[in-house]
Parts: sequence; structure tokens; C-alpha cells
Amino acid sequence: MSRNNIRYLAPINIELKKNKFCWFKKNGIKYIDYKDADFLKSFINEQGKIMPRRITGVSLKYQKKLSAAIKRSRHLAILPYVGDMLK
Amino acid sequence: MLKFAGLKNYNYMNNRYETVFILTPVLSEVQAKEAVKKYKKLITDSKGKVLHEEHWGLKKLAYPIQKKNSGFYQLIEFEADPSFISELDVQFRRDEMVLRDMTIKMDKDHIAFAENRPARSGKKNTPKKEKVKA
Repeated sequence: MSRNNIRYLAPINIELKKNKFCWFKKNGIKYIDYKDADFLKSFINEQGKIMPRRITGVSLKYQKKLSAAIKRSRHLAILPYVGDMLK
Repeated sequence: MLKFAGLKNYNYMNNRYETVFILTPVLSEVQAKEAVKKYKKLITDSKGKVLHEEHWGLKKLAYPIQKKNSGFYQLIEFEADPSFISELDVQFRRDEMVLRDMTIKMDKDHIAFAENRPARSGKKNTPKKEKVKA
């Protein structure tokens, strides 16, 4: 009995992997607004750093636009350059 | 040019720009509005056209600038000759009242977004479109 359990544990974990998708592509958003701090906050971590797309799943095209938008809002003091416990 | 034919207010000679600047909190509400008027006059004097403006009021800054923790935010959307932008930039930098400024050229997606914003005073475009998108 215990042998059977061990045999099946490994493959099941692999199947549970989630499919990542690009939020912008899915919702058909073409322009990312630098004035919307609350929205941009969902793509930065607690320190105010831009999240890598390997984690968020954003496509390259929109990651470039997103990082430009975040940098613009940092310049205008809408988002901080460095933060502590932002979320 | 054909690409932009569908958009209203699009003039191929002039570009469309959006500028956001922060005024010092030392000013009173009236003084801040006068300063904004000065910049709007600067745009119209050089054959530009102010299309939209937003006064966000006194807002807290995400980090201190020149030892100030808040500022009056002002957004102006306008149409002007490209050579005017450097002139505007110089004016902003000379002005001690302006803590920060940023002027960006609007591309067609940006224009479409700006015209559909609910904050836009005209509210010609129904918010239905946005609901479908979101």
C-alpha cells in the first residue's frame, strides 16, 4: 500500500502546474496609464521593485510598457522609488 | 496618416502632448490656479491648443521633493508644434514653483485611452465600452 502511494506522488505534482497568462493580452488593454497608482501597485513588490515577468506572466510587449509606466509614475512621485511594506 | 483618420482632434502638423507638473504646497489655491493659467497662456500664445486639463488638488508625494511632502498636481493635454516642447521645458525648470514636470507625446492608444477616461469633463463616451474591456 505504502509503495503505491510513493509511486504516484511525483507525477501528480507536475500536473498541478498552473498556466500563466498575460493579463493585458487577455483583457485587450493597449495603453497602461502611469497615473493610476493602485493599478500599478499590483505589479511591484513590497520594496517598490518591478516584478519580473517570469512571475507575473506578462508578455514582453506589455512588460516594456508597464515598466515605462511605473518609471514615469516614480518620476512624478505617484509611486515611490524605494518603499517598505507597500502592501 | 490613414491610421489616425478615425480619431477626432488629430492634426498631423501638430503633435499631441500630455504634461503633468507639481506645484509647491507653499502656494495658496488661488496662486496655484494663476500659475496654471500662466502655462496655459504659454501654450495658446505659441499657436497651441489646450484640449483638456485636470486639477488634482493637493496630493501627498510618494517621497519628499525639495523637502516638501505634498504638492498641487496639474495635468494639461494639449496640441502644439514639436519645437514648443523644449521651450516649455525651459520655462518649467526656471520656475521655482514647479517641483516636478513631465511632458510626453501621446501615441494613438494613449489618445484613445485619454478620450474614454471617466474623469474627462465632456463624458461624451459612455462608460459602457470600458465595462466590456475590464
